[in-house]
Amino acid sequence: MSVIYLLISISIIVAIGFFIAFIRAVKTGQYDDDYTPSVRMLFDDELIQPKVEKSNIESQETL
Amino acid sequence: MTFVPGKMSKVMDTQNCFHCGLDIIKEDEIIFDAKNFCCNGCKTVYEIFSINDLTCYYDFEKSPGATPQDINGKYDFLDNESIVSKLLEFQENSTAIISLSIPHIHCSSCIWILENLQRLQKGISTSQVNFPEKRVRITFNPEVVSIKTIVYLLSSIGYEPYISLENYETGSNDVDRSLTYKLGVAFFCFGNIMLLSFPEYFEVKEFWLDQYRGFFRWLIFALAIPSFFYSASGYYVSAYKSIKTKMLNIDIPIALGIVVMFVRSTFDIVMDYGSGFFDSLTGLIFFMLLGKMFQIKTYSFLSFERDFKSYFPIAITKINSDLSEESVAIYEVEKGDRLLIRNQELIPVDGILISEKAEIDYSFVTGEAIPITKQSGDKVFAGGKQIGKVIEMEVLHSVSQSYLTQLWSNDVFQKNVEQKHKTITDSISRYFTPILLLIAFAGFGYWIFIDANTAFNVFTAVLIVACPCALALTAPFTFGNVLRILGKQKFYLKNALVIEQLAKVDTIVFDKTGTITTNKKSNISYEGTVLSDENLLLVKNVLRASNHPLSRMLYDYLPIPILQSKSGNEAKKLKVDHFEEITGKGIQAQIFGHQVQIGSADFVEKIEEKNVQQTSVHIKINTVYYGKFIFNNQYREGLEELFENLKSNYQIKVLSGDNEGERTILEQLLPKGTELIFNQKPEQKLEFIKNLQEQGKNVMMVGDGLNDAGALAQSNVGISISENVNVFSPACDAILDASEFQKLNYFLKLSKNAITTIKMSFGLSLLYNVVGLSFAITGNLLPLVAAIIMPLSTITIVSFVTVMSSYYARNK
Repeated sequence: MSVIYLLISISIIVAIGFFIAFIRAVKTGQYDDDYTPSVRMLFDDELIQPKVEKSNIESQETL
Repeated sequence: MTFVPGKMSKVMDTQNCFHCGLDIIKEDEIIFDAKNFCCNGCKTVYEIFSINDLTCYYDFEKSPGATPQDINGKYDFLDNESIVSKLLEFQENSTAIISLSIPHIHCSSCIWILENLQRLQKGISTSQVNFPEKRVRITFNPEVVSIKTIVYLLSSIGYEPYISLENYETGSNDVDRSLTYKLGVAFFCFGNIMLLSFPEYFEVKEFWLDQYRGFFRWLIFALAIPSFFYSASGYYVSAYKSIKTKMLNIDIPIALGIVVMFVRSTFDIVMDYGSGFFDSLTGLIFFMLLGKMFQIKTYSFLSFERDFKSYFPIAITKINSDLSEESVAIYEVEKGDRLLIRNQELIPVDGILISEKAEIDYSFVTGEAIPITKQSGDKVFAGGKQIGKVIEMEVLHSVSQSYLTQLWSNDVFQKNVEQKHKTITDSISRYFTPILLLIAFAGFGYWIFIDANTAFNVFTAVLIVACPCALALTAPFTFGNVLRILGKQKFYLKNALVIEQLAKVDTIVFDKTGTITTNKKSNISYEGTVLSDENLLLVKNVLRASNHPLSRMLYDYLPIPILQSKSGNEAKKLKVDHFEEITGKGIQAQIFGHQVQIGSADFVEKIEEKNVQQTSVHIKINTVYYGKFIFNNQYREGLEELFENLKSNYQIKVLSGDNEGERTILEQLLPKGTELIFNQKPEQKLEFIKNLQEQGKNVMMVGDGLNDAGALAQSNVGISISENVNVFSPACDAILDASEFQKLNYFLKLSKNAITTIKMSFGLSLLYNVVGLSFAITGNLLPLVAAIIMPLSTITIVSFVTVMSSYYARNK
């Protein structure tokens, strides 16, 4: 049953790994602004739209 | 054509500008690309976007834009290398980073367009918006594009950056993230300890659990150490400070509880008595830090500590002896220098006017919107804004010695306001701490005669269970919630302390100009026969020649008539013959063969009933009376109602820097018993507040301009009314958006209710303490009981205060 020692140790080490990741994220300023990224992630899809529209229009104009 | 039909019809219905959303004045309407614009500026921005394929700017939010302002010459100082290098955050050969504050950032469209700047300007590689701080961080190649170009680009699309002395020499400032770290550590420890504590909760006698008990306990102990020593360190420091200053605050019993809990738990583990209270200990630290975070997070982006630095530009144009112009940093301006002040520029130092005439708007300093005319040789003071032509002036004092800056050397600005008041939690803990210690020692004294071991247990158990975590959480969560509710309604408080002070207020002092009246220039209305375009043109041209403040305001207000005359656009400027300005009466002129008279009612020989409330300018063309333009000294909407509601609970006083001209109107408008005091200089306002305070009053000052700055700082609560929350407000405790002015009474009521909520939840948490203490004093406090009571009390208290404060907020 000494496997418990091993398992608990591993789980603690994994937890510490995540904890270090968190500290680094804070240090690089990822927690300074918690609003803008939530808006930014929605933008990429919108970028394509105008091009499609424009090509439609151009084709209409050439008619 | 590139338009979405649905959006188009909406624009047509409301007749708002497609770009900025303002009402379109019929004469100025510009139709471009089948969209309506209110002015050329807005149209140009749209053009820039559509050329660059960026029109989905308009998809995220309806009419998100702002009209670009004329900035010609305003940013010339960005040519000056030494100034620029101080603004940059980072600079190397081909990479530079600048962080600019842009007050207009307000919606997702703004984020989108500002993060796509690289598509508008070569040389910009990335740009990133920080929305809560309203800043954009631009990485660019200084060899390809200069800061000036970027600033001009931003201004041309309606996002003029706000560069002031405040930015100067700040560079990259370090952000304090220690609370986030502490919270992270506390949560890490708390979560893991909770998991490892589970076997102990069930207390089953099982072989393998007994076998590993020691291992689990020591692991828990190890995990508790960072939380105890690092996360909770703020409480020890605060408790130590409070003992030193002999003011018992809430952190003493907290720190005492934490330390006792840690010592006893360690003792338990070492002696193998039990598992200790490490789960409750770390949980408590975590929840208290969470409360702190919640309270701090609210409005960090609004600056309440603005002094003159944030009002002043960084640089100014200096005229050298060889008549060449040069941008110099404001601090380098010396006595005797000649400065060039452009339209809309702020005069940074006191000086003497060299140019023939200047119109100076002191609304910054006095709150008075009508500009003052100065002649050559007159003294001009720092803080005024030049309106109209370019002027030259000679410097009399350097920045630090100017009149305006000296106002800041007054004592009130040096005082640490935080220390003025005792918070509600601290005043309760003044009684709480001694009583707690009394109970602990009484329990100890009783049990010591029966069993020394139990006595020790009882003593520590009392201190542990009475640790006022729920008490300490009440205020942060209530105030945090109230701050958030108020912020949503555009009333921004500096910190939670302000709520407590608001609840104590018994006297309210209002400034008049700019506070209970509005500064907006659109208060001009016209009554009478409609003026034809030709007549409008005549009036406008006559007004142009006049320097009277009213003429200037009217001139700015009148639209430029679009005339399809023979000579085209040139016809707009007509030659004025026989211009005559009669002081105190009006102006008359011969223009284009017409006789135009503009002035007071007597002047145009119009007899009408005296109406004191109006300042008006009458128009008479070729002996025909047309009508009058009325300059309303407009009081804010809902003013009467607000004062009516306030007068039952508060003493109301109105201070004004103006003369007594408005007294009769104000007396009619405001409820009886309102004290009106006129002709008050900034220092007198400050004295007035001080006198009231010496009479034992809790004074709230509501003001706007820099002239109120002293009074705002002196008062118990200083509220600054602002038309644009992001730009100008003197140092104060709270900033109120002008459009929400009439809600002031509601805000005051809400803060009172917040205090009531806190008192109620204090009662609730004391009840928990009594229950916990009865366990502790009888020597029955098991770790499991502590583990249940502590989180339970925390959660009920937090939800109670959140529900209560939200309920009060809805109750108008």
